[in-house]
Amino acid sequence: MPEAATLPTKRDEAWRYADIPALERLGAGALDQWQDVAVAAGDTWRKVMIVGGSAPELHRIRLTVAEGARAELFATNVGGDFTRLEVEVTLGKGAHFEFGGVTIGGGDAVREFVTTTIHAEPNGTSNQIVRSVHWDTGTGNFLGEIKVARDAQKTDAAQDFKGLLLEAGASANAVPQLEIYADDVKCAHGATVGQLDEAARYYMAARGLSPDQAQRLLVQAFIGDAFVELEDEAHRDELLNVALTALEGAKL
Amino acid sequence: MLTIENLHAEVDGAGGAKPILKGLSLEVAAGEIHAIMGPNGAGKSTLAHVLGGKPGYEVTGGSVSFKGEDLFALDPHERAATGLFLGFQYPVEIPGVSNVQFLREALNAQRKFRGEEPLSGGEFLKLAKEKAGLLKMDMEMLKRQVNVGFSGGEKKRAEMVQMGILDPSFAVLDETDSGLDIDALRVVGEGINSIMRSGDKGVLLITHYQRLLDVVKPDRVSVLAGGRIVETGGPELALRLEQEGYDTVMANA
Repeated sequence: MPEAATLPTKRDEAWRYADIPALERLGAGALDQWQDVAVAAGDTWRKVMIVGGSAPELHRIRLTVAEGARAELFATNVGGDFTRLEVEVTLGKGAHFEFGGVTIGGGDAVREFVTTTIHAEPNGTSNQIVRSVHWDTGTGNFLGEIKVARDAQKTDAAQDFKGLLLEAGASANAVPQLEIYADDVKCAHGATVGQLDEAARYYMAARGLSPDQAQRLLVQAFIGDAFVELEDEAHRDELLNVALTALEGAKL
Repeated sequence: MLTIENLHAEVDGAGGAKPILKGLSLEVAAGEIHAIMGPNGAGKSTLAHVLGGKPGYEVTGGSVSFKGEDLFALDPHERAATGLFLGFQYPVEIPGVSNVQFLREALNAQRKFRGEEPLSGGEFLKLAKEKAGLLKMDMEMLKRQVNVGFSGGEKKRAEMVQMGILDPSFAVLDETDSGLDIDALRVVGEGINSIMRSGDKGVLLITHYQRLLDVVKPDRVSVLAGGRIVETGGPELALRLEQEGYDTVMANA
């Protein structure tokens, strides 16, 4: 039986926060739908994605980044139902992987980014920034696995996750996983979850901004980190605007 | 312009709500700069935050009328749009938001509330540049994130630039002089004069020291102690406080 024909369960580490019943509705066939991309030596590949609608979605991307090449992926996940973007990237010598993601939404949907970054050769670098903003009983997840092979010396890998919960009942989960076989590497990861800064909201109100304007401005500043490395301003604005439009459904 | 009558307010704290203002009455007329002085813990900052509508500050009695309206019927952002400006003792840092974006959105929100047309980006920058110049602040600072990485003095100067841009009819300035060196104090004091010294504007200037009053020159001075105004007089009252201390002046009140 082919592996993908069987649905994963929550016991599988990479699916522990997933919405398995939603995946069942999507069907096991979706698990086979990998998009394979090979980035040639010295090239730059860049992709901007807006994922999530009213039905479950699963996006699986497998990147092979050759020597000195660069892969950049930026995504806003506004799923109204279970929406998962999975990326598996294998980095060659001196290759770089840049990922910026935002999950945002209320309701009871689970939105997640799952990345597996394989530093297979020396001098590879990777940087991943994820921001999650949720309300109602919405959930945002970032599962980021970093594997550093034995001869992938001088690897420099970073992951940064921040969750912002606008209401009690919403949740954000970060699962960094490191598997390091080389001895001269830098792997940094950080994760925090918090609420909107009350002092900043009051300060903004004292200058004339209504509660929804203050919330929008603070959320915009919060999620902006994820797209700092995206050079194209039009794409950056598009990703931010989709997220801020989703925020309009949020309670104050 | 601002009439405070028998105001009682309490503040949420670790040990429950604590009464701070205990029957405070004060009137500030249009055209008047009114200094409030008083010992630590008297309720000066509480008065500022009650007027601003800070969460956790509860009014338990009395009333405040601002330009003929019941101030407490307005939400904090509506108070601002009605013309009330609160200068913070500790201005808040807002990472990720530039001063220019913050102030433009704030000004246009206020204008919309008042039924006025929004300022365009160009019009706003011209105004911001003029007001920053008044306070001798580099325009580059306004492009930076709100108060992030600003020194104590720069934050206070930035508050005054904000006041200049928003052009309120009434300002409550809570220890705007703290954290300022002598030169900055003069710049800020002159900024207050040029922005707020007008027959149709008023200022409530909360301060500990005579230094700022040497520049701003208040019309009236009140002493706040124990949550109430215990004495009101002319500018000479501030000088007496400076020379004799609160205890002596209050003992004779």
